[in-house]
Amino acid sequence: MTTLRAGWVITQRDLAHWVRQPWAPIFGLLFSIMLLLVFGFLFGGAITVPGGGDYISFLLPGMLALSMMFGVESTATAMANDARKGITDRFRSMPIGSASVALGRVGADMANSTVEVLVLILGGLLIGWRISSDPASAAAAVLLLLLLRFAVLWIGIFVGLSFRGEGATMAVQVLVWPIGFLSTAIVSAETMPGWLGAIAAWNPLSATASAARELFGNPTGITEGPLADGAVWLAIGWPVLLTAIFVPLSARAYRRLRD
Amino acid sequence: MTDNALEADGLRKRYGDLQALDGFDLTVPPGVIHGLLGPNGAGKTTAVKALATLIRTDGGSARVAGFDVRTQAREVRRRIGLVGQNAAVDEILGGRQNLVMFGRLFGLSTAAARARADELLDTFGLTGAAERAVSTYSGGMRRRLDLAAGFILTPAVLFLDEPTTGLDPRARNEVWESVREIAARGTTVLLTTQYLDEADQLAARISVMNHGRVVADGTPDELKRQVGGDRVTVTVPRSEPLEAVAQRLAAALGEAAVTDADTHRVTFEVGAGVVALADIVRALDQLGIAPEDLVLRRPTLDEVFLTLTDKEVAR
Repeated sequence: MTTLRAGWVITQRDLAHWVRQPWAPIFGLLFSIMLLLVFGFLFGGAITVPGGGDYISFLLPGMLALSMMFGVESTATAMANDARKGITDRFRSMPIGSASVALGRVGADMANSTVEVLVLILGGLLIGWRISSDPASAAAAVLLLLLLRFAVLWIGIFVGLSFRGEGATMAVQVLVWPIGFLSTAIVSAETMPGWLGAIAAWNPLSATASAARELFGNPTGITEGPLADGAVWLAIGWPVLLTAIFVPLSARAYRRLRD
Repeated sequence: MTDNALEADGLRKRYGDLQALDGFDLTVPPGVIHGLLGPNGAGKTTAVKALATLIRTDGGSARVAGFDVRTQAREVRRRIGLVGQNAAVDEILGGRQNLVMFGRLFGLSTAAARARADELLDTFGLTGAAERAVSTYSGGMRRRLDLAAGFILTPAVLFLDEPTTGLDPRARNEVWESVREIAARGTTVLLTTQYLDEADQLAARISVMNHGRVVADGTPDELKRQVGGDRVTVTVPRSEPLEAVAQRLAAALGEAAVTDADTHRVTFEVGAGVVALADIVRALDQLGIAPEDLVLRRPTLDEVFLTLTDKEVAR
């Protein structure tokens, strides 16, 4: 109980940052919207979706999934900054549960990403994207997107706790791009060379993007392969697997701060 | 059980090739400011981190406020405040917001945390800046907020790791005032510093640290005496022969004279300064010399520090 309460206090600290410095989250949102516009209109005309369908409808769920994955960067940066500034040490010298620091991060980042999903959905609706399914399926799509965010959150916590130099967060910032683009978030795997398409199809990001397309009733750009009929299950399985790996690793990294 | 605020017994901690703590012993009774003095890399911060339950040592044991740092860390954490080397406060939030947050983390209700924050802002002279973002604070203000955050529950023991590093003299004085204020309310303070005058100003007792262990321990005066006796310096008028005067004074005192022709001064290291002073005045009187200046002083902590740490290197 005290662990949860302390986690909530630490979450509130981040929420108070939004009020004090609204520009930081707003720039984050503008970045996502900019990517959406660049791909939707600048490149979109040159991209066809295998199996048919309009590119904006294909793109928006992919953009949502991509922005969830890019969240790993802000999580890792925030954790590493607190460690470097001694704030983590101060928390550790206090009578709070050892999970509180991570839980506080989880609460703040999930709140941030929920807002991001909603803003991107609104932005999508403004540029002609449509939900062609029922509300329950659409809600399930949002939950799967947030599940991916939850999974990469733990990767970010692990990285932020394990590597305290600024180099680690820069490595994450660079690595998210190839991982993000080597997926079906922006283009269908079926337009790629065979070997590249196979890698992209097995990217956890592709599972979430494809599942969200399916649940929103948007074109999936898939005619065959593992994502054709199992996208939703993969979009549950991948994040659960990542979480199962990185929660214990994060706990270990936190304990190792004592060494 | 024990009544000491801090007790460390043979703490050891190794980081790769570096033996950061090498049999660190410390005993601090409650309610005093204890200085932990040493050059960079002596192991001061590692010692503080070990006592504040932040790191696990490889060997030895320690009790803080009566609780074992290894097996009763949670109890220790309820009774300590930690103010680390860099001001560990949230820069985006305001001063009051910081204190309310830390208060709630210490288990206070929101209302109690707010009330305590207001008290502390007042005590540490930050009421006027309470709502401003900490990033707009001066170095001294930030430090004082940091101290206030470490003092929320009126801890039994407060760890201050180099609290005035990088501050200008005025801000340093303000922080010193705050530290005295904290100690006056019964909190035991362990203060690490590499500034000798800081330890001299604040600490009732000092432990000098080098290479991971305590190499000397005592009140500032005791430490100064360890290095040798007092110094008496006579400035002889230029009209008088320096060496001859020095020899006469040396004979009268029974101590060796050290002369400096440039400044025309003669210095004696003496056991008891005040007695020697009387002897010198009498001898000068007999010689019919009026000294230009006559100074009695203790060795400075700088001399203590250099002597002790040099000895350590020579070993």
